[in-house]
Parts: sequence; C-alpha cells; structure tokens
Amino acid sequence: MNETAIAQQELEAAPEQQAAVELTGSAALLEALIAEGVDVVFGYPGGAIMPVYDALYDYNDKLNHILVRHEQGGIHAGQGYARTSGKVGVVFATSGPGATNLVTGLADAQIDSTPLVCITGQVFAHLLGTDAFQETDVINITTPVTKWNYQVTDANEIPEAIAKAFYIARTGRPGPVLIDITKNAQIQKFQFKGYTPCNHIRSYRPKPIVREKYIKEAAELINKAEKPFILWGQGVLLGSAEQEFKAFVEKSGIPSAWTILGAGAIPSDHPLNVGMLGMHGNYGPNVLTNECDVLIAIGMRFDDRVTGRLDKYAKQAKIIHLDIDPAEIDKNVKTTVPVWGDCKETLPLLTAAVEQKQHTEWLARFNEFTRQENEAVIDKELHPQTGEMTMGEVIDTLNTLTNGEAVIVTDVGQHQMVACRYAKLNKTRSNVTSGGLGTMGFALPAAIGAKFGTPDRTVVAVIGDGGFQMTIQELGTIMQSGVDVKILILNNQFLGMVRQWQELFNERRYSFVDIQSPDFVKVAEGYGIAGKSISDRADLKGALEAMLNHKGSFLLEVMVTKENNVFPMVPQGCSVSEIRLK
Amino acid sequence: MEIQKTQASTSLPLGEGQGGAVKQEFNITVYTENQIGLLNRIAIIFTRRKINIDSLNTSPSEIDSIHRFNIVITETEDVVRKLCRQIEKQVEVLKVYYHTNADVIWQEMALYKVPADVIAEKVQVERLLRENGARAVVIRKDYIVFETTGHREETDNLIKVLQPFGLIEFVRSARVAIIKDSEGFNSKLREFERREPGEDVIENEYLNQGQKVFTM
Repeated sequence: MNETAIAQQELEAAPEQQAAVELTGSAALLEALIAEGVDVVFGYPGGAIMPVYDALYDYNDKLNHILVRHEQGGIHAGQGYARTSGKVGVVFATSGPGATNLVTGLADAQIDSTPLVCITGQVFAHLLGTDAFQETDVINITTPVTKWNYQVTDANEIPEAIAKAFYIARTGRPGPVLIDITKNAQIQKFQFKGYTPCNHIRSYRPKPIVREKYIKEAAELINKAEKPFILWGQGVLLGSAEQEFKAFVEKSGIPSAWTILGAGAIPSDHPLNVGMLGMHGNYGPNVLTNECDVLIAIGMRFDDRVTGRLDKYAKQAKIIHLDIDPAEIDKNVKTTVPVWGDCKETLPLLTAAVEQKQHTEWLARFNEFTRQENEAVIDKELHPQTGEMTMGEVIDTLNTLTNGEAVIVTDVGQHQMVACRYAKLNKTRSNVTSGGLGTMGFALPAAIGAKFGTPDRTVVAVIGDGGFQMTIQELGTIMQSGVDVKILILNNQFLGMVRQWQELFNERRYSFVDIQSPDFVKVAEGYGIAGKSISDRADLKGALEAMLNHKGSFLLEVMVTKENNVFPMVPQGCSVSEIRLK
Repeated sequence: MEIQKTQASTSLPLGEGQGGAVKQEFNITVYTENQIGLLNRIAIIFTRRKINIDSLNTSPSEIDSIHRFNIVITETEDVVRKLCRQIEKQVEVLKVYYHTNADVIWQEMALYKVPADVIAEKVQVERLLRENGARAVVIRKDYIVFETTGHREETDNLIKVLQPFGLIEFVRSARVAIIKDSEGFNSKLREFERREPGEDVIENEYLNQGQKVFTM
C-alpha cells in the first residue's frame, strides 16, 4: 500500500469531527471530487498535471477516468455528460496546450449555460511568468469564457477552491468554472481537514428574490390575453422544472414553442407544443410571434437566431420574461413584466395565479400554419419523390425505431437543424446540441459524455460529414472506453449549411464547401467499431435497426441528397414573420 | 441617482427614445470582493464591446475586504445599464450603481512639481497657486510639489498657469465620486458582513421603478 492509499484509509477511519490527515494537494482534489459525487472524469494527462494522475492511480475504483484523444474532446464529453445527467461535468487537462485546447468547450459551455468544473495543471508557482515550458496564462485566457476561474498555488486552498467551483458551476445560471493548480500545490502535503461543500458566497446571489408583485402583474396580463404565446428555453431543463412548466402550459392552455436547447421539456407531440423557434424553426411560431398579444418567455435569452431582426420582433406584444439571470432581462427584448427567479419557484406561483383556459381559435392558427408547412416543406422532406434520401426522412425513420426515447446529440449545420426539427422527443434532456456557440465537432465527444451521463438510454450522435472530421479522433475514446454510442453520419458531401447560404445569398459561388471525406466505415473499422454505409432508401430502415440493435458502438453513414436546403428559413436581417418556406 | 428621475422617467421608454440614446459621462460604482483577476473580469466587459474606460479608480472601501471601483465611461444610458448588469453578474461583485455627473460629487487630485527658485523669486506664482487652491505637499531646496483637487477643468487650468514657470512633472488621479443620494449605503453595505443578508438588503431592485437606486 502506498502513501496515498494509507492516507485514504486514515481518512475513511477519521471520526466525525474529521481530524486532519496529511494528504497531497492532488489526493485532496480527488477526495473533493468524490465528496461532490463525481463518478466520471474526462481528461488527458501531461507534465503539469502528472501529480494528479499519479494520485488517480490509487482512485481508479472510485473515479472513472475516461482518457480522451484531445482536450477539446474531453470538455465536450464533459458537456454531454452534464446535459444528460444534470450534474456537473468534470474535465482534467494539463497546462499550456492542454489548457488552451479547452477554450472552445469553455466558450460553448458558457454560452449554453452548462455546468462544468475543469481542472488544469499549471507550472510550478515559482515559474509563473517566466515563459516556462508549457506555461500559458490560462486564467486570463479563460476569463471571458468562464463563469468563474481561480488559480491555486498552495495545497491548502484546494478543498475550498473545489467547493466554490462546484457551487458556482451548478447554481444560479450554470456555467463552466476552471481551477488552475500549480504543480507544487499538487505535490505539496498539507493537513486535509475534510471536505465541506460550499453553499454561500458573500458576493454571489445565484437566485434572485421572487417578487409577488411581478407574478401578479404577469398573471393579470396572461389572464387578459387573447393571443398569448409561450417561448421556452433551456432554463426549464436547467431548473428541473419540466413538471411545473407542463402544469403551467396545460392550465393556461397557451400554445408553446421551444428554442433548440429547450427541446423535450414537454414531449414533441403534446397538443400545446407548437414547435421550434428560430431561423430554421417552424412556420407558425415564427409568424405568430408578430401577432400574439402577450409573449411569455421562460428560461430563454432571445438569441438573435431566435428573434431575427429585433426592431421588428413582437413589437405588438406585451413581454413577460422569466429568467434566473438578471442580466438577461431587457438585454435584447424590452420586457413589460420581468419575473425574476428560478422557474422551478416562479412557475408554480404563476400557475396558481392564472385562470384555467383554452385558446382553441388561437391554437388553430398555429395548426393552420403547420398544415401549410407540411404541404410546402415537411411532406417533401419526409417523403421525397426523388431517388436520393433526405436528412429529414433519416431522422423520421430513426424516430419510428426509437419511438422518441433516444438521446439525440447533434453537431452543427444542416443536419443539426433537421434533427432538431424532426426528432421526436418524449423525454427531457434528450436533445444535446451546441446551440449558442455552434461548435462543429461537438457531437461525437458530447455523445460519449451523454452516454456516461445516462447509461441506460440509447444515445445517437447525428453528425455531418464536415463536423465528424473535426473531432474524428474521439473514435479512439469510444474504442478504449467501450462506451456504446451510435454514430449516424448524414453525408451530403458538402459543408451543407455554408453551401446553402452560398446558394441563397452568394449566387451559388460555392467557395470551399465541397469537403471530401475518407471512407468513414473503414476509419471506424480501424478503431474496432462496426459500421455500414448506405445510399439506397430500401436499406435505410434495416441499417438503422442494425445500428440500434448492435451491441456496442456502431457507425452508420447515410449518403443523402447533396444540395438540399433547410427550410423554412428566416434570412439574416429579416423579421421572424418574413420566414421563407422556400 | 437622479438619473432615474431625470432620464428614466421621461415619457419615452429607455433605449427607444432620447432617455437611453444620448451619450454622456456615467460614473459606475462597483463594490467587490478583493480578488485577483477581478479587475480583468470587469475590464473585459468594456473591452468586449469596444468601450473605452475614461477613468478607473479602485481602492478598499469602508468595509473590510470590500473594494470600491469608480469607473467613468461615455456611453448611452441603455448601454450603461446593460454593462452594469453584466458587471454585477460576476461572482465576486456585490453591487453596481451608475450615475450621471449631475448625480455625483466628484473630484480628481493632481500633483504638480515646480522648480523651487521660481516660486521663491516670483511672488506672482504664489498668488496664482493660492487662487487655484493649490497646497504645497513637499518643499525642497530644488523643487516644490503642489496638490490640487477638483474637476478636470480646474486641474487642467493650473497646468496652464504653471507651464510658463517651468512645470517639471504633472500627474492626475482617476476620478473618485460620492453619490449624492446614497442615504443608508453604508448600512446596506455592512449587511454583507453578515453571513445571511437581512431583508432590507436592496437586491435585484433596479426594475422597481419607484426605487431611485440602480442596483440588482
């Protein structure tokens, strides 16, 4: 038994008053993670984080460390884990390039409010600022893309820093936190007095105080409204308020539309779920945004991809905005009534204050737009008359086979919009995608993390041929960890979304969008992952079944029509009501 | 504070009418923890939006371990309000307030180093210094350091006055500002010394139209 393991025994034997035991900073870090309930860590070792990995050697039975192939893969896996499990994703990386490789994932997690704690190694404290080997100023590099970050230079700081990190990452509006630990602090022995979780920081108010005044005002507006319309976002999921949300929607009888990160909070086929918002969202929700009289935004942030042109956005409507983040109120859209707070608390108050109603005629307007969209877009996408397959029919067939129970992880581009539009979601936390940052290469590693976050569910990564090649190395992570991820590549042999824009707005000047791909099935085979490529419609159902029924990971490449466009579309600079069906 | 009265209460909604659209000097007061890196976190909120900071002062407040920033920028109220919310969102920031120049009493301190012989020989200079409210801080054989405190024009004025007499060196501080309508500030701030904030901590209050204080 080595030293760490002995200390470990002492720690477990420690009486309740938690007499101090001597631990290294690294061991204290791992103790803190275990105390926070962390069961899986995604990481990649390196010089400046070696003491942590040395300690990890003795914690192998308690912490499942997944060795990724690139730190970006590690952090996206952490994001996928956080998104499906609702817990904080944990990522390890070394100093210098290891830490800078996290930046894209941090930015992605920051803009999509994903709780993460990233631990980076750093050079010895006495070398800070000397341009030491693999030294980068990671604190300053990551400041704009973290909710909080902190550099630890003394082992005594570790328990408290980790406690604060978890508290900040998961409370209020969640976000990524980075703790940079110098190598000396990792090695240093100190008296570890046990781990106390953090539940208060003097200057930090994660939840605004709920004001009854605003609840009352909001309820009055809702009760008087003739054409009310709900927009919901990821806040409902982050607040675990799906039940409260459903109760509110059903009592008030208000048609409700979702942002892509909010998808699945109520099932796709719920009668009051009128569809997806945004640039490639559904017809009705976009057009009727400019016709409703009261707009109720719940846990969403009026992203420009949702609002289109702001000065022509819902100008006729009174706006009620429920958000936990005060900075979101009035940021993009001027609010009539701000309902501050955690929607888990505010929604029940609002539900109690609103009248039971049905907006039959108003809901019928949405259904009429759905009919038009079906005719102009959806029918053609799901039941094409051509020989080539469309992305939509692949997703639709997948829906039938999974019955809407699978977790769909998407990358960025046309396939993402198609998957978000057509995937049937019966459960919450079923749609994992890079929404705000639009990070190509997100899906494959995120799907790995998503599976660890919800091991009992089928996880299907839907990826384009471009995005797949950005983080293709994570096939190695799948190979080594044995995680069961289904990979569905929708290959249109183009960087499809950019091509679509070039077609529509740049006179078909296809500039560097004709991306070539390797034989994906052979690549997968090289990693010991079963695969298949199909291009005939007749093979689609059988191949998807084979993928879903395969024990372990499976890569299915579906060759789809090359120059298909995603419609409807709100062209940039246009109002949501100017959405085009073709 | 009067900003809420003089500007926000105009008939036009903020950001759409003149109330939010006119660029002017705003004094942003930020109460924070004393934490490494926080200055950067606050500074990048401005730089990200390509907004220049005209003046920045930070020093310990009257409460132990709480620091106070005074930041001066020239922007529209609409932008300033959004900036303040982003600043207050930072974990280690306790409170943020913003005010127009009319709502604060502000001062900048300036030091002037002048050759001693000029002062000794020219009575006129002594009179000029007196007229400008300058005070000698250090008197040496070779030079004298004077200090004045006031608005920018006042400290600028003394430079012009002293220039012909061989001004050796000049330095001016950032702006410090006291908020006119800050009754009870100190006691509210002291609430933060307690672990659990009391009921009367003004929090998330800025949307309350009746309140005169901008704060969250």
